Amino acid sequence: MSKERIKIAEELFDIMPAEYQDLVKRATYGNEQRGWKDIGNAKELIEEHSLCAGCPESMAFRYILASLPNPEDTVMVGSTGCTSLVFPHVGVHNIHSLFGNQNAIASGLKRALTVRFPDRHKDVVVLAGDGATVDIGLDMTLQAWFRQEKFTTICFDNELYANTGGQESGLMQKGFVAKMAPVGKTFEKVRLPEIARESGCHYVVNCTVSKPNLIEKVIKNAVHIAREIGPTYLQLYTPCILEIGKNSMEGLQEMRDSEKPTERFAYKEYVSEPAKELLAELAAKEKERKAEAKRQLAGQTA
Amino acid sequence: MTTSYRVMPGPEHFLPPSAASMGIRLPDPGQGHIHGSIVSEEEALEEAARRFLSAKVPTIFPGPLVLWAWNDKAAKKAKAIRHLYETIKECVHSSQHAMLIPMPDYRPKYPKINPEIEINPNHPNLTIWHNKIDACMFVGVHCHQANLSLKIIRGGTTCYTIAMCAQAGHEDAMLSVRDATADKIIRLADWVKKLKGSVAPPAEHSA
Repeated sequence: MSKERIKIAEELFDIMPAEYQDLVKRATYGNEQRGWKDIGNAKELIEEHSLCAGCPESMAFRYILASLPNPEDTVMVGSTGCTSLVFPHVGVHNIHSLFGNQNAIASGLKRALTVRFPDRHKDVVVLAGDGATVDIGLDMTLQAWFRQEKFTTICFDNELYANTGGQESGLMQKGFVAKMAPVGKTFEKVRLPEIARESGCHYVVNCTVSKPNLIEKVIKNAVHIAREIGPTYLQLYTPCILEIGKNSMEGLQEMRDSEKPTERFAYKEYVSEPAKELLAELAAKEKERKAEAKRQLAGQTA
Repeated sequence: MTTSYRVMPGPEHFLPPSAASMGIRLPDPGQGHIHGSIVSEEEALEEAARRFLSAKVPTIFPGPLVLWAWNDKAAKKAKAIRHLYETIKECVHSSQHAMLIPMPDYRPKYPKINPEIEINPNHPNLTIWHNKIDACMFVGVHCHQANLSLKIIRGGTTCYTIAMCAQAGHEDAMLSVRDATADKIIRLADWVKKLKGSVAPPAEHSA
């Protein structure tokens, strides 16, 4: 993990657009302590994008990209939807799959990377909307979990097909009326986090993206557990403000309202026993690292 | 297969055919092509140098394969490209303006690229029109993206295209050399130096 592989040819450095010069000089590649607090201080791996003003998905993208533990060795697999408008702008390798195929693509990719780079951690992270994850791609999603494929699946749950005008999705809440679902949904929101747990995921979280520190924690946990143990799943509420009749400034409040203890995005977490052991090991190492840093600092000031 | 089709500066039309579909074939090792006719590599390098020296805005478009120092060969090629650019600058008349504009990536960019500082394979004509480029060389661009760009340029601009390809060359360029190395790029710079003063600069009034 280092910046050594991300170097612009010296003789042509001056002609590169400033965004690439910044990416090499000021991004957090190779920094294992990277996190959401780098936003605003370091070059982000996503800056310009074509999402709507105030879109919670763009916040989620920022937090996720700031929190990936190993971005220079991470490949993200996306699917059709608003996320696919963002992927051309991110500073992380990514593949656009056919709609719903993302977990199948990620399975092959992760296996190939493991064979090709046996001595290096190569993380694969799927990021798709609820239509791709739960409706059209449910087969591929579940089969990857059954097979214990070692990658993370993130679902940006906006509870409908936002990119195509507001059709009903499996993750839509019961009774919700959308622009292209005028009679209202007649059955309950699919309980995918529970299905994920029963399908073999070792780490499952259901939450909103209102708290960046929480997102950093769950992303890091999910990637580390997927790397060492098996599949992990994050279902993140990223409401489509246009499709639910909100204004640009109301996305954050919508998420806060939806994460109250009785609401559908109240924080829920499942961690398998092997994953708990791994997280405890990582926490102990982190504690030791901080103690060592403190000792060094004390040595310098003495 | 013989063909009367020639790969000439455009504008050819909105969707020009791929030169391969018109019967233009790629050069073998040691060869190049000019307008689709197979010539020796040396002849192609000489003609490329002439084109640079006779253009108002001779431009090099280095792509990601040479912009990033991902191995030693790439770093050497980058050095050679800078040398070629400096040589062209030195050898052209003061009325000519040599440029070195990167193609840093191939992604679609919103709302648009800045044509003063980069070229994008999805709409290379914007950079060519904006800077009034009349001769350009692609180097270090992945083949598929080069073919796409070369066709768009031939379709909508009058620019003369040269492809310095690390693989088998490009039929869709008006002139192409294959198996590009740092040495070959330096040989092209040597030709520019050698021909300095023997090629007339473009007339002031011509378009």
